[in-house]
Amino acid sequence: MLHINNLHARINGNEILSGVNLKVQPGEIHAIMGPNGSGKSTLAQVLAGREAYEVTEGEVLYEGKNLLELDPEERAREGVFLAFQYPVEIPGVSNTYFLKAALNSIRKHNGLEELDAVEFLKLIKQRMKIVDMDESLLSRPVNEGFSGGEKKRNEIFHMAVLEPKLAILDETDSGLDIDALRIVADGVNKLRRKDNAVIVVTHYQRLLNYIVPDFVHVLMEGRIVKSGTKELALELEEKGYDWIKVASDSTLATA
Amino acid sequence: MMKQSTEQTPWYQSNFALFEKNLNGESSSRLHAMRMEAMARFTEMGFPTTKHEEWRFTNVSPIARATFQPSFQSDAAGLSSEDVERMSFGATHRLVFVNGHFVKELSSIGPLPGGVIVGDLASALKGNDELAHGSLGKHASIQENAFTALNMAFVQDGAFIYVPQGKVVEEAVSLLFISTGSTHRYIAPRNLIIVGDHARVTIAESYLSLANHGSLTNVVTEITAGENAVIEHDKLQNESPQAYHIASLHVHQKEKSNFISNSIAIGGGLVRNNVTSILDGEYAECTLNGLSVANGMQLIDNHTTIDHAKPNCPSHELYKSVLDGSSRGVFNGKIFVRKDAQKTDAKQTNMTLLLSDEATMDTKPQLEIFADDVKCTHGATVGQLDADQMFYLRSRGIGTTLAADILTFAFASDVVNRVHVDGLRGQLEALVHAKLGKGRER
Amino acid sequence: MSTETNTLEQLANREYKWGFVTDIEADTAPRGLTEDTIRFISAKKKEPEWLLEWRLKAYRHWLTMAEPRWPNVRYQKIDYQDIIYYSAPKQKKVLNSLDEVDPELLKTYEKLGISLNEQKMLAGVAVDAVFDSVSVATTFKKKLHEAGVIFCSFSEAVQEHPELVKKYLGSVVPANDNFFAALNSAVFSDGSFCYIPKGVRCPMELSTYFRINSADTGQFERTLIVAEEGAYVSYLEGCTAPMRDTNQLHAAVVELVAVGDRAQIKYSTVQNWYPGDKEGKGGIYNFVTKRGKCAGKNSKISWTQVETGSAITWKYPSVILQGDHSVGEFYSVAVVNNYQQADTGTKMIHIGKNTSSTIVSKGISAGFGQNSYRGLVEIKRGSTRSRNFSQCDSLLLGDKCGAHTFPYIEVKNKTSRVEHEASTSKIGEDQIFYCKQRGLTTEDAVGMIVNGFCKEVFRELPMEFAVEAQKLLGISLEGSVG
Repeated sequence: MLHINNLHARINGNEILSGVNLKVQPGEIHAIMGPNGSGKSTLAQVLAGREAYEVTEGEVLYEGKNLLELDPEERAREGVFLAFQYPVEIPGVSNTYFLKAALNSIRKHNGLEELDAVEFLKLIKQRMKIVDMDESLLSRPVNEGFSGGEKKRNEIFHMAVLEPKLAILDETDSGLDIDALRIVADGVNKLRRKDNAVIVVTHYQRLLNYIVPDFVHVLMEGRIVKSGTKELALELEEKGYDWIKVASDSTLATA
Repeated sequence: MMKQSTEQTPWYQSNFALFEKNLNGESSSRLHAMRMEAMARFTEMGFPTTKHEEWRFTNVSPIARATFQPSFQSDAAGLSSEDVERMSFGATHRLVFVNGHFVKELSSIGPLPGGVIVGDLASALKGNDELAHGSLGKHASIQENAFTALNMAFVQDGAFIYVPQGKVVEEAVSLLFISTGSTHRYIAPRNLIIVGDHARVTIAESYLSLANHGSLTNVVTEITAGENAVIEHDKLQNESPQAYHIASLHVHQKEKSNFISNSIAIGGGLVRNNVTSILDGEYAECTLNGLSVANGMQLIDNHTTIDHAKPNCPSHELYKSVLDGSSRGVFNGKIFVRKDAQKTDAKQTNMTLLLSDEATMDTKPQLEIFADDVKCTHGATVGQLDADQMFYLRSRGIGTTLAADILTFAFASDVVNRVHVDGLRGQLEALVHAKLGKGRER
Repeated sequence: MSTETNTLEQLANREYKWGFVTDIEADTAPRGLTEDTIRFISAKKKEPEWLLEWRLKAYRHWLTMAEPRWPNVRYQKIDYQDIIYYSAPKQKKVLNSLDEVDPELLKTYEKLGISLNEQKMLAGVAVDAVFDSVSVATTFKKKLHEAGVIFCSFSEAVQEHPELVKKYLGSVVPANDNFFAALNSAVFSDGSFCYIPKGVRCPMELSTYFRINSADTGQFERTLIVAEEGAYVSYLEGCTAPMRDTNQLHAAVVELVAVGDRAQIKYSTVQNWYPGDKEGKGGIYNFVTKRGKCAGKNSKISWTQVETGSAITWKYPSVILQGDHSVGEFYSVAVVNNYQQADTGTKMIHIGKNTSSTIVSKGISAGFGQNSYRGLVEIKRGSTRSRNFSQCDSLLLGDKCGAHTFPYIEVKNKTSRVEHEASTSKIGEDQIFYCKQRGLTTEDAVGMIVNGFCKEVFRELPMEFAVEAQKLLGISLEGSVG
């Protein structure tokens, strides 16, 4: 589904990603972990098409297509979804209106009929339950005045409505208390299907207790330095990132 | 003020003589004296030039050079009740003015609490209404602004609204000013709104033209807000692209009064809105909102002044502009905090979206503060749509054109949504939507 | 409380520390201004014919101009015929080294704390000192010469480097630019000249110290700094004057030219002219034109000013951003106390593409002082993707002073973005209380809060200057809060 080959990217002249390789198949959950500044969020942003980042080398194939050639909205319509670490506030645009415009853009792209107001409302009422969203958040402007938890929940709600094939959750656990974390994770699990995939970007192992990954990758200094199964996350929790650093350095030294 | 060499002040003088004669001694000598004084002051000042700080970005020489036909009487030909009903968002209380003159047949007033007056100024002045005579020119000085002097010189008709102490007018009062005809008319309504202590009212002024001609509307509105009075003043300016529109709104607020102004300018070729509020009692609150949506060669200039004369008054100001084509926007927002006005809390925001390469914005937020225990902030931004917001919308699958439309409309409707009159707000939303759509189709 | 008030009063009544008069013979032009005055000045300085002509042209233009009235300041009409336009310390002969400088003068500079002596030279600051109207000595000439940097008095530059002076004089501030610039162009007596050739990073901070000494003297110095491609210079300017109960006029012109690509000029001012007494009597009228032009691509001009002195300050250090990707900065602290008035700010004119400017202005008003920020940010039609950010904050101490902001913003390009923020605040009683509860005096608390308020500007100053600026600020505000 997703093939990342030797991806290099930089911002303002600084290289952040220095050769990332990753393969994601349908139905899989991948966790990308790493210390602060390792390039996790950059990877998420590059996959979503943030223009501020310049890809200098490598390729990203998504369902056989060159993802890097697509505009952000084309990626979204093809089923790539990014749950933002810091969702932006959009004053004056109601959450409902925003989602309807988004969903219908995607549906149109896929040759489906656009939903009318009634059908759409029915859909979102149903999807709201998945993340236990308060109805009042629907009529309020997108993310404006939302608490940190509400913003994250709103991101998963968007995911529930737009039904992406590949969802990238960027530090979705940060700023959440344990109850909110559980609700958000439950939402993600409910949306899991065998034909879609999830990439969970996180600093802590905590979230992975709730969203159990098939694979765990450690990103350091812009490269994936270690991959494993969910046990790797537990090991990281126990030993910290320095352990990997030493290990990978010695690997490199002996190589 | 500097005099304009090519201006038509003698022409106004000769028309003034004609006008005075036309009144045929109907008016009281008191009013006559005021008109004479105003005419003298106007002649002395002449039209302002761009050398005058207040008119630095707005060149009124097209007005100064043109000859307009004063309209001494109304001309409601071809207008039906249904037309005006549609134009005034189905308001319960509706005063209709055609070319500045009250048209009784098109107006309708619903039931009002006892003592409330909703009528025309001409009748009030003719009937020697003491309140009308006493209030005229009380807050709008003829000394500073040539257009205000000119308005006073030809003062004749407009709306006269009086809400006595403790009375509440539930439904909004619509004042509909329609310009018609094929000649370049000089239309100068004068509105007097007096709201007593603890009284409430909402007034909606709408300016529309039925023909594409370059008339000059030069309107002055004076509002007195008594203690604890609550007033919302909404204004829609949607005249033809050839029209000149100069408006001055003067508000005087007493203790604990609350005044809200929402000024939406969509039409007109050269538009200047002055809004001045004096917070002359403690705990008075003032909110000024404005939206300009311009394209083509339009120039929309908003000058606001909030004068904090007494302590403990909050004021809030939000003015936005969306400029397309070769249009120009001007914003000049003054906030004065007088020496004794401690605990003033004034916040001003001015935001502009430039949609084209030829549009220009001049903005000058201005604070003048003479008291130390105050909180005053102002902010101004000019630019394009927020890149993060655009990315967020696009990352959800919305294309750039639609994303820009959504954000532009949201930017504009932020002001429209502050209008509390449902019918009017709906009308404004539709107008703004249509205008923004039109702007992009070019 | 009463002892504290007494202390404050004592502090407030402390004298202007720099208010001494130096007793030396001066070579002075007769009072008043005519073409003859200008010929006298030009002859005294042995100037070439073209420069005299340039002065006379400026003078003739000045005669047709009116003194501007738009600034938000009030003062008695200036009698331009009652000013002495040239006053030089009388010198017996041409000086060859510092040792030959009049010891009285050197004593003055010592009092001022100017690094004219060997000890201060270790601090690595090259100084050109302008006493009344004439440049007295320039230190470090040799070291600068080795680096290829020209740093000398303006008069010397006219003699030694006429081609450079001719090329750049008036290229940023034309002789007829405004009333005071025209007057300066006609009668300027001396000042500093600085030229940094291609690729040279000036090895030390350059500094000029200005002092007005003689009575009824106007000071009209002229500074011209030219940086070629890739050159860098940091320039400091300080000013003091004796206490006199009449007003003295200071109308200087500073021109900065970042000629080549990546040229950088950083210009810092600590202005502490005599502000007048507590009743507003006397003090300097500081009417100055300062402007820089970023002609080269990626060039940068940065103005930092700390304005604590002068009865009236009226200046707008500006940047013309002509080269693509050029950068303009303006950092300002302006303090007014007693009856001081300041109308100051900047102009950022964006012409080139991708240009950016930053404005940070901190106005502090105390006593009966009136402080105005006046600024213009203009984005021309062709200046695509340019940016400006402005922040203008005012702090009021006491209820008899005033703070005013007049920012003009004109944007003609949709891809550019301008943001302006302003706020006005006072020092909160709770803040003072909190500080006192932790053992600080009111003075300390105010000083701390005010310095915090100005932090963004101070950190732009070279270290030595930043310390001096903080001290000056404390002294300027003494007695303003009690």
